[in-house]
Amino acid sequence: KTSELRFKKAPESVRPLTDESVASSYNNFYEFGTSKSDPKENAQSFVVDPWKLEVSGLVETPITLNYEDLFKRFELQERIYRLRCVEAWSMVIPWIGFTLAELLKAAKPLSSAKYVAFETLYSPEQMPGQRSRFTGGGVDYPYVEGLRLDEAMHDLTLMSVGMYGKTLPPQNGAPIRLVVPWKYGFKSIKSVVKIVLTDKEPPTTWNILAPDEYGFYANVNPKVDHPRWSQGRERRILGSGLNTQRRIDTQMFNGYSEVASLYSNMDLRRFY
Amino acid sequence: MQTVKKMQNSLNSMRPIRISKGWINAGRALIHIISIAWLSVVYLDALSGELPGDPVQYLLDFSGIGTLHLLIMSLLISPMAQTFKFGQLVRLRKTLGVYAAVYALFHLYVFIAYELQYEWLLIAEEIIKRPYITVGMLALSILSVLLITSLQAIKARMGTAWQKLHNWVYLATILGCIHFLWSVKSNWYEPTAYLITALILISLRRKKLQKIFK
Repeated sequence: KTSELRFKKAPESVRPLTDESVASSYNNFYEFGTSKSDPKENAQSFVVDPWKLEVSGLVETPITLNYEDLFKRFELQERIYRLRCVEAWSMVIPWIGFTLAELLKAAKPLSSAKYVAFETLYSPEQMPGQRSRFTGGGVDYPYVEGLRLDEAMHDLTLMSVGMYGKTLPPQNGAPIRLVVPWKYGFKSIKSVVKIVLTDKEPPTTWNILAPDEYGFYANVNPKVDHPRWSQGRERRILGSGLNTQRRIDTQMFNGYSEVASLYSNMDLRRFY
Repeated sequence: MQTVKKMQNSLNSMRPIRISKGWINAGRALIHIISIAWLSVVYLDALSGELPGDPVQYLLDFSGIGTLHLLIMSLLISPMAQTFKFGQLVRLRKTLGVYAAVYALFHLYVFIAYELQYEWLLIAEEIIKRPYITVGMLALSILSVLLITSLQAIKARMGTAWQKLHNWVYLATILGCIHFLWSVKSNWYEPTAYLITALILISLRRKKLQKIFK
């Protein structure tokens, strides 16, 4: 179902990777069911072509990308990122895509734009989780996420169209998803159809669902525990065997210290 | 209402069910075999990497839900024995309870050995600091005491105190369901269904419970 991509490869040094089979069979994508194995099972007939991704709101030139544009409009590059889930497990995944900054610059944000809002496709006929609150984990769909504009423009922030050398499998957010490596995984919204620049902090799905557990920023932070578990350490999932997993310390900003200056004046306990 | 009456009448006029002792022993053997084989197969699959996705989460879910299933089955025994006048069923109850405790202990083992990988300080901290884990540990402690006292030698020595002690299984079941409900991120429906099932099964024992609390 996935196909090969042409892209600029990442340096070989960032290893070891999580097995591709694990990264594509252990997914949080409630649109296809709340259990980790549901998305792979239920997403295989998901239609990604044709696709429309709109960039609009406070921009000079709104853009619409169709399916081919996702792979052709910008040069594709590989980025090997650590992915830290809020549930205290992590993986290392070779993504392929282009920076969100390139996409936003093409739409020319107005000076009044302060935030970027994202939205996942709403298609209950294809996504069983969107059909009822019982199968979709109580989420009010479509799934929405948001970033501050400076976070969105940071060079680490990626719009991913592939992983492991190929287009994204549907359970990983095909055909295009966000990847923000210094934030908990739920910020990296999947199967995106809308990107809207705004002047107000946009609502975000997990924050609506449980505001005391999930904030707007959701930066990886070992010093701020989740109310129900410690965030100090994490279980790095590399292979599918029980003994291929190691416990390691969680790093501030998931080890991407270059983003620290974005938050220099903020109390990260309050803005978790 | 009419149909309920009719059903009750037909049940009342039912003859008690009696089967040979061999069949009950076979039923008990079946519980042993299924419980042990299922757990072993899943654990071996996890070790060799044949489970889908994250094996730790899989084992935690499998053993946790397995415990609740076994507890609920054990709570179903006596209402079923009464309804169908099938007293021998009660002889299967202890075996189900034993495996509920075994699955719960395996659940804790996975948490300690694979989720937190023997970081004892953190393990102790989590048990104290996280209410859903505290509640789970309480349920597990009760089940462990019930498991030990299930040894025939101890049971015989305890006399009538044994049944009194083993009534704590109701509390353990409710705590187990609360632990499940409290642990999920947002999909409350499944754990709520378990909690309601447990409450219904326990409410069938209203009279007995009233006696305990009098």
